[in-house]
Amino acid sequence: MTRVLIVGAGPAGIRAAETCVKAGLHPVVVDEAKQAGGQIYRRPSIETNYGAKGRYGSEAAKAVALHRCFDQMVAKGQLTHLPHSSVTSIGQNNAQILTDDGIQCLRFERLILATGAGDRLLPIPGWQSAGVFSLGAMQIALKTQEAALGRRLVLAGTGPLLTLVAAQLIKAGADVLAVLDTAPMRQQLKGAWAMAMARPIVTLRGGYLRSVIGRRYHAGVNTLSIKTNKRGPTHLHWHDHKGQQHQTPCDAVGLGWHLMADTQLADLVGAQFEWSPEWSQWLPTIDKVGRIGKGVYLAGDGTRILGADAAECAGHIAASACLADMSLSPELNKRVLRRYARMRRFASGLATAFQLPQDLMKQLPGDTVVCRCEGVTVNDITKAAQRVGIEINRVKSQCRVGMGRCQGRYCQFAASQVLAGIGQTAPREVGRLRAQPPIRPVPISAVLNSECVKEQP
Amino acid sequence: MTGRLHRLTSTTRASVDFFFDGQPMQGLQGDTILMAVLSQTGALRQAEFGPEQRAGFCLMGACQDCWVWQEEGQRLRACSTEIRAGMRLRSTAGDGWLT
Ligand code: FES
Repeated sequence: MTRVLIVGAGPAGIRAAETCVKAGLHPVVVDEAKQAGGQIYRRPSIETNYGAKGRYGSEAAKAVALHRCFDQMVAKGQLTHLPHSSVTSIGQNNAQILTDDGIQCLRFERLILATGAGDRLLPIPGWQSAGVFSLGAMQIALKTQEAALGRRLVLAGTGPLLTLVAAQLIKAGADVLAVLDTAPMRQQLKGAWAMAMARPIVTLRGGYLRSVIGRRYHAGVNTLSIKTNKRGPTHLHWHDHKGQQHQTPCDAVGLGWHLMADTQLADLVGAQFEWSPEWSQWLPTIDKVGRIGKGVYLAGDGTRILGADAAECAGHIAASACLADMSLSPELNKRVLRRYARMRRFASGLATAFQLPQDLMKQLPGDTVVCRCEGVTVNDITKAAQRVGIEINRVKSQCRVGMGRCQGRYCQFAASQVLAGIGQTAPREVGRLRAQPPIRPVPISAVLNSECVKEQP
Repeated sequence: MTGRLHRLTSTTRASVDFFFDGQPMQGLQGDTILMAVLSQTGALRQAEFGPEQRAGFCLMGACQDCWVWQEEGQRLRACSTEIRAGMRLRSTAGDGWLT
């Protein structure tokens, strides 16, 4: 039996693995990418023109250090790495893992989840079209393939990623026509103060990135909608903060409203959740070091959206807690704890600066697609809510919102906003979409050929 | 139809020949299937629930928007699978793909 299973090999997962290895354990690390690094420090499959400096910019040294740390542990046989693999289901001490060779079952004593976060999406008319991508996707295409996902790009949403991706694309020579931030400037300045107090240099760097974007950047925009033809986007229509209408021609749109913690596995292992007004999302309840009890620990952006540096700290802290619970002496680094507290203050500032637009959802026409997987519209959700009320799991069973292939990743947030609007209440009153295994689509053949699935009662 | 993808660097990577819906196409070594296909054309497949086309959305294996199939039947996520020379891909599932 594996003593410690770690899910995710981003900054949190890598530091958690390192902490376990230092204590003499041999953890198993499951990760969806071919090479460790996570979304933020994702690596191309073969070395390309950019090199680490071009790819990760000011964060290159951190990225390289993490990659090296992980690769060395693999080379020395100090851990078992299951790359290109997804945990599809997980129970108390047993995980089902979809690998390139089918499903494997793995028994474990303790579990560290470092599943990270993904783009948080709000629907806008036309977003179901080809040529509309998440901001994360735009960044992945740039980092790993040195490509833009179109020739004339418009980026919209809010959060640090919007500014970062826009600046990276512009520097790389892509044609970015407009960067539309739904957060009003007044709001951003409020948050920026807390950010600058906690991490002045990082905050300044954000200011510099804004200067790269220059006049393409607009704060406080609203009523976004994408006009499309058969091939994809042709224009993005939007209103500026003074209420004036604009049409920007484009052939690709990147969207994202900050990030959403990936909590499905935490849900399956029995984490409790609380609605966080600060982050406007449901987050797992953890103690100070990431414990949820019963030998399960959470670390990184899958718990709170604190970013990569904080995730490194959290991975170390959660693994140290795990080791302490196993009566193996961990060397918990006090400086890491202090650093972590500073990151939390910074992230709070970010959350304030880039709060969600309250009115964007209210302006949505009824035929706007909310669920991209199955084309469920605002009207469909409204009709379902009229029948069964606004509780999201019941609405899901009526109109299939949240039931498509992405398992609600990209629609649950919007659906709960729509439902809250209908009930004239807060999104927390709508409830939380329960995770259902398998959390990734599993080919039937992988199940049929799996010895361990057959053996299970 | 021209490709959706805009490569920002000139590349020295070797080219890779493959087929998509019977059409011969070329990508570059190290491309994902998504990149290789979108460098030549505008979409990966037709949406099942609407009139629009799809070309992937998240590129990180989470949204399942980028499904394509091998002629032999296997379903792949185009954003998370590397292109290989001689691959024969299609934008729709063949008959009996569940097996
Ligand atoms: S583009 Fe989202 S899974 Fe491939």
